Amino acid sequence: MDFLISFVLALVALLIVLQLTVILLWVERKGSALIQDRVGANRANIFGGLLPFNLGIVNTLMADPLKLFHKEDVIPKDADKFLHWLAPFIAVLPLFVTFAVVPFGDVLVIGERVINLQAVNLDVGLLFVLGMVSLGVYGVVIGGWASNSRYAFLGGVRGSAQMVSYEIGLGLALVAVVLTYGTLDLQEIARAQGQLMWGVIPAWGVFYQPLALVLFMIAGIAESKRPPFDLPEAESELVAGFYTEYSGSKQSMFMMSDFIEVAIVAALVTTLFFGGWQVPYLYRDGFHLPGGFFLAVPSLVVTILQVVAFLLKLFIFCWLQILVRWTYPRMRYDQLMNLGWKRLLPIGLANVVVTAVLVLALEGFTVP
Amino acid sequence: MVNPYIALLISFALCAAVAGIMVAASWLLGPKNDTKAKLEIFETGNPPLGSIRGLRFPVKFYLTAILFVVFDIEVVFMYPWAVIFRRLGWMGLAEMAVFVAVLGVGLAYVWRVGALEWD
Repeated sequence: MDFLISFVLALVALLIVLQLTVILLWVERKGSALIQDRVGANRANIFGGLLPFNLGIVNTLMADPLKLFHKEDVIPKDADKFLHWLAPFIAVLPLFVTFAVVPFGDVLVIGERVINLQAVNLDVGLLFVLGMVSLGVYGVVIGGWASNSRYAFLGGVRGSAQMVSYEIGLGLALVAVVLTYGTLDLQEIARAQGQLMWGVIPAWGVFYQPLALVLFMIAGIAESKRPPFDLPEAESELVAGFYTEYSGSKQSMFMMSDFIEVAIVAALVTTLFFGGWQVPYLYRDGFHLPGGFFLAVPSLVVTILQVVAFLLKLFIFCWLQILVRWTYPRMRYDQLMNLGWKRLLPIGLANVVVTAVLVLALEGFTVP
Repeated sequence: MVNPYIALLISFALCAAVAGIMVAASWLLGPKNDTKAKLEIFETGNPPLGSIRGLRFPVKFYLTAILFVVFDIEVVFMYPWAVIFRRLGWMGLAEMAVFVAVLGVGLAYVWRVGALEWD
């Protein structure tokens, strides 16, 4: 029975990732159209005019992925066939699994069974997430190499150099968060943000670590090679960089990995800095508002509210990344590397030192 | 409850199955018409320059990778310290400060020498 629950939770986490990816594709197209003052995809319909209106959503959600999966799988001659299929597999698998440690709710109480709404309750969750994001670099390098094309190879090497430079910034920003909470377990960090500062303000991570939030968002967007950091795959200039020689479902997997990383950055930002599934003032038995008001709420409704809050926050941060994409011009490669090594790294170190000093000064030394 | 690492294995297996199906999808579902033009790599119309076996590429990528290894190991060492930081007190902070200072000198040297420049 426990295995079944684990399996169902893992399935739910995977489904959230898959749905998010496809929905983000549509949101990106329509959102970019909104920002650029045009309409976006709105021509597709089903069964030759079944619906009385055309919807771009039909195009992106159904027609696009189905079409891509039915394209011919072209492998250039002399390309390494094994590595050619391995690269998209490695690019996408660690990112799927990362979602398994993200908590999307507090607990679900069925009868006397209390289910922790997190597919894998790892006590080193944050480290696992960082490890999986690091594995994504392999997909890029192997993809570039397996194409047997000089341009693709260089694109792959440049992409991996960029990803690797920003991983240090990513790691450093999160060290400060770990200092604040004293644990690597994502569910514990989400639970710890349920307390109230001065009895009124929820103790979300953004109030404790604003600088770490900024560093993390910048490093996260650069890590996923999204604009404004997308020179390795500059869409209008280099065809497709390291995945030029891929077609069909393998290419769509590389493009998916872009959106999955958006979702991962958004999930980490909500869990670490914005309370994850926490709804302000909502606890397991109801609303405890400041001023003494108490509103009892059944536990199932509490769970549903918290899951909806998580998904809402996740979506807001995905939308923020889409906004950033369509607002800023592309950064030149040397500006990009400058930002990673000369700005994020020293500022991250300074943030860690200041946080450590503040933690000891304000909370003191607990007896081991 | 299930051992978390068993749950992780279940998750991994599920995601590997889905990713595997996706990789195989084009190969199973798509047509296979191998013409000579399709097998060539894309170089905007010019005849392909040749194989990349033995291709030389700029050494600054290697330098970036080595610097990444050094500083990432520093970050990795900071994680266990951060988790039990409250039990280590000011002495722990001083020790980590010495460690970061040593690596900081390294960063300053690398910066000064120009290894972080990307032309």
